[in-house]
Amino acid sequence: MTPHMLTRSLDRSATIFLAVVAACGILIPLSNLLLPAGSFLQVPTYLVALWGKYVCYAILALAIDLIWGYCGILSLGHGAFFALGGYAMGMYLMRQIGSRGVYGNPILPDFMVFLNYSKLPWYWYGFDMFWFAALMVLVVPGLLAFCFGWLAFRSRVTGVYLSIITQAMTYALLLAFFRNDFGFGGNNGLTDFKDILGFNVQAEGTRAALFALSCLALIVCFLICRAIVSSKLGKVLIAVRDAESRTRFLGYRVESYKLFVFTVSACMAGVAGALYVPQVGIINPSEFAPGNSIEAVIWVAVGGRGTLVGAALGAVVVNYAKTFFTSGMLAPYWLFMLGALFILVTLLLPKGIVGTFNTWWDSSKEKRNAATLASAAAEDGVIEPKMAE
Amino acid sequence: MLAYLSARLCSLALSLLLIAFAPPALAGPFEDGVAKFANDDYSDTEEAIGVVAGSGNPLAFPIISALQDGRLMADPDSKKVYVTGTDGKSIDAATGQPVASVPDSASAVRLNNRLRRSVDAAVGGLTLQSPDVGTRLQAAQSVFKSHEETALEAVDAALAKETSRSVKTALGEARAAILLFKADASEVEKLEAVATLKVRGDQEVMALLTGLGDQPPSVTKAAASAIGSIQSSLAIWSMVQNAWYGLSLGSVLLLAAIGLAITFGVMGVINMAHGEMVMIGAYTTFVVQEVIRTRYPGLFDYSLLIAVPLAFVVAGAIGVLIERSIIRFLYGRPLETLLATWGLSLVLQQAVRTMFGPTNREVGNPSWMSGAFEFGQITITYNRLWILVFTLAVFAILLAMLRYTALGLEMRAVTQNRRMAASMGIATSRVDALTFGLGSGIAGIAGVALSQIDNVSPNLGQSYVIDSFMVVVFGGVGNLWGTLVGAFTLGIANKFLEPVAGAVLGKIAILVLIILFIQKRPRGLFALKGRAVEA
Repeated sequence: MTPHMLTRSLDRSATIFLAVVAACGILIPLSNLLLPAGSFLQVPTYLVALWGKYVCYAILALAIDLIWGYCGILSLGHGAFFALGGYAMGMYLMRQIGSRGVYGNPILPDFMVFLNYSKLPWYWYGFDMFWFAALMVLVVPGLLAFCFGWLAFRSRVTGVYLSIITQAMTYALLLAFFRNDFGFGGNNGLTDFKDILGFNVQAEGTRAALFALSCLALIVCFLICRAIVSSKLGKVLIAVRDAESRTRFLGYRVESYKLFVFTVSACMAGVAGALYVPQVGIINPSEFAPGNSIEAVIWVAVGGRGTLVGAALGAVVVNYAKTFFTSGMLAPYWLFMLGALFILVTLLLPKGIVGTFNTWWDSSKEKRNAATLASAAAEDGVIEPKMAE
Repeated sequence: MLAYLSARLCSLALSLLLIAFAPPALAGPFEDGVAKFANDDYSDTEEAIGVVAGSGNPLAFPIISALQDGRLMADPDSKKVYVTGTDGKSIDAATGQPVASVPDSASAVRLNNRLRRSVDAAVGGLTLQSPDVGTRLQAAQSVFKSHEETALEAVDAALAKETSRSVKTALGEARAAILLFKADASEVEKLEAVATLKVRGDQEVMALLTGLGDQPPSVTKAAASAIGSIQSSLAIWSMVQNAWYGLSLGSVLLLAAIGLAITFGVMGVINMAHGEMVMIGAYTTFVVQEVIRTRYPGLFDYSLLIAVPLAFVVAGAIGVLIERSIIRFLYGRPLETLLATWGLSLVLQQAVRTMFGPTNREVGNPSWMSGAFEFGQITITYNRLWILVFTLAVFAILLAMLRYTALGLEMRAVTQNRRMAASMGIATSRVDALTFGLGSGIAGIAGVALSQIDNVSPNLGQSYVIDSFMVVVFGGVGNLWGTLVGAFTLGIANKFLEPVAGAVLGKIAILVLIILFIQKRPRGLFALKGRAVEA
């Protein structure tokens, strides 16, 4: 990406967004580590972990916005890619526990000892190396998305049908990962992590570093998304979203475009999951629940689909509200609020926060421009011709 | 009259005699036998069982069954034996006199596995002649299971007197089982026994014949061929059973999906709150039953008949409300509809959770829905059977409604060409509301039926919504027959996969198969054709 392309593709909101994320990514860890505990400006460690979680959700929301906002693919199974990335990271973290587990087995994680495994299943090989796990974070969700998308887009499964089968996909994975003999810890999932790359996962420094890394990942993902949607490829994606058949008749291979963007999006979701797991400290099958994927879609809808910035903003806003309301006396009403949010946003705010703001800003700017033009014209004594209705 | 009176008198005298003489009777073989229980010696106990069971004494049954349950207490010092009743009262085993308390030195008569078998056989023999047909049948079956040689005489005696056909068959089978294991039975008898057992041909006979041990060669051969034929018939029966389970599951799926086939299939509205309509129907049943329990307990058997129309009205009214307030603003935006109705499902679930609590609520089965009957080698429960019948009835009524009523005609017209229908004077928005209400109402009815076999909790609907969508998508959108075929195909496929792959893997396999199937036929089994589809 040349600097020229970067500047061209960045508009006002994107610049503000990048500046805010970068500032958070630098300032929050610094304040957490350098300022004395309890001081007014110090960010407590639990907040760093919490906000780290939000940033991971924001990456997931970006991934969904890339395919839903720009290509019209509503995936109700993106939670599956997120969770698969998380499991890949979780497997690495499990192998790092080594002989410090409850049963002290140097090779087998605790749950395998408990379930009488005699040796490591083949698909756990290699996860003791970080580079391999990091590769798998991208490869596993990407490969699943590629195979799934290849089958679905080639036979032109679109719209709600696609949404429903993506939901079936994550539901099938949910059932599979709940099984003990599947080799991923069953119901309890993977937890009780100790180290990541030799650093203690619980340590303040590690948490701060993970937060900074998450912010960096958010920035990189955002730039990738911007690069995709502002390129010629992105224009074709929008064409596919708005008139799929017409795009096909113009000679574009619609399925290849969709497949590419779907796979990229799944990889991003995988990265988000991988960053999420060490900060939360657990990954279990409930991450595959269809409800989670749909909730992620509503973040994008709240923020504004097809705006990228809005998706990330929506993820943070909705999750902040969730934390705020589920921890207080309003907890029993949270589901009412979340449900009402789904309904009201789709009915009253179809463009989301950022989309609505952009429309308002643009129209007010137009008005201002028109006003200056009109006053200039009046000064010049030229009568503006009336536009035909 | 005189004869009757004298007969009554005689029986009265007899019972008086029994009362008068049985308790203080002199030491006879029965009393000696009972006393042997106190020796705490397995062979003495076995002898005692034989004596007591063969004595014909009215106390024999209480004693033997107490022995079976470990309630027979023996005092080794005084050689006295006591029967402790299940109600805590005790009697002297030899005399039948009530005793205040069993002495502390008494302990339960011990049994080993061999003795336990002869106890079972003795109980079987004692109850073989009970006046109650059910008891006799059970006794014959327990003799069949234990096939103790000691029971042979009792079986023969009972067989001679037996009048009920089913008990007679059971006794014949019990006799055959005994003869087969009797060392000194003739070859002919054994061959006959194998033939008798072959007719019964179930899992237990298989177990019996495979554990036969040393036998004359002809018997071994006959048993082997019997095993072969039983195996193949059992295989067929297990297919029949799977097919029945599949039909049953299919009917549940159909019931849950049929309302969706209207809202999604006919109207094209993705209603993620469909499952919650099912849940509302189930809770309506719960409320109806609560009212009946507290006010009119006699009406309990009719609770479902009352709940069905009520659930239809409640769920249908909520459906119309939803359509008017939310869905009509979202026509033509299916993905937004999906999100809004998902939100709605969260609200409805939480509302029910707030009103009725998060735990399962108890919904009872009326008497005509509980119980089961045997059909060949499989057991069919009434509730599953009724649900199948009910589902097919709902399906037929719905089909007839769409085909023959004015509303049905209008619905089809609006579905096929909304603008043309509007031009013809059909109030399309009214039809939309009614169609959505109909779909929701049917979901409510489904809830009544599902409350009979599933837990009634706020999450009830969620477990059905994905399956329902699978059924509708698999069967083909916009086609009720497709939904029918889809539901039964998925149900049966699921139940045939289950024994091979296990319940969860079977379900995963079905989901994967549907995903692959949709790639092949993106519009389901029975796809609508023509330009209307693309719109």
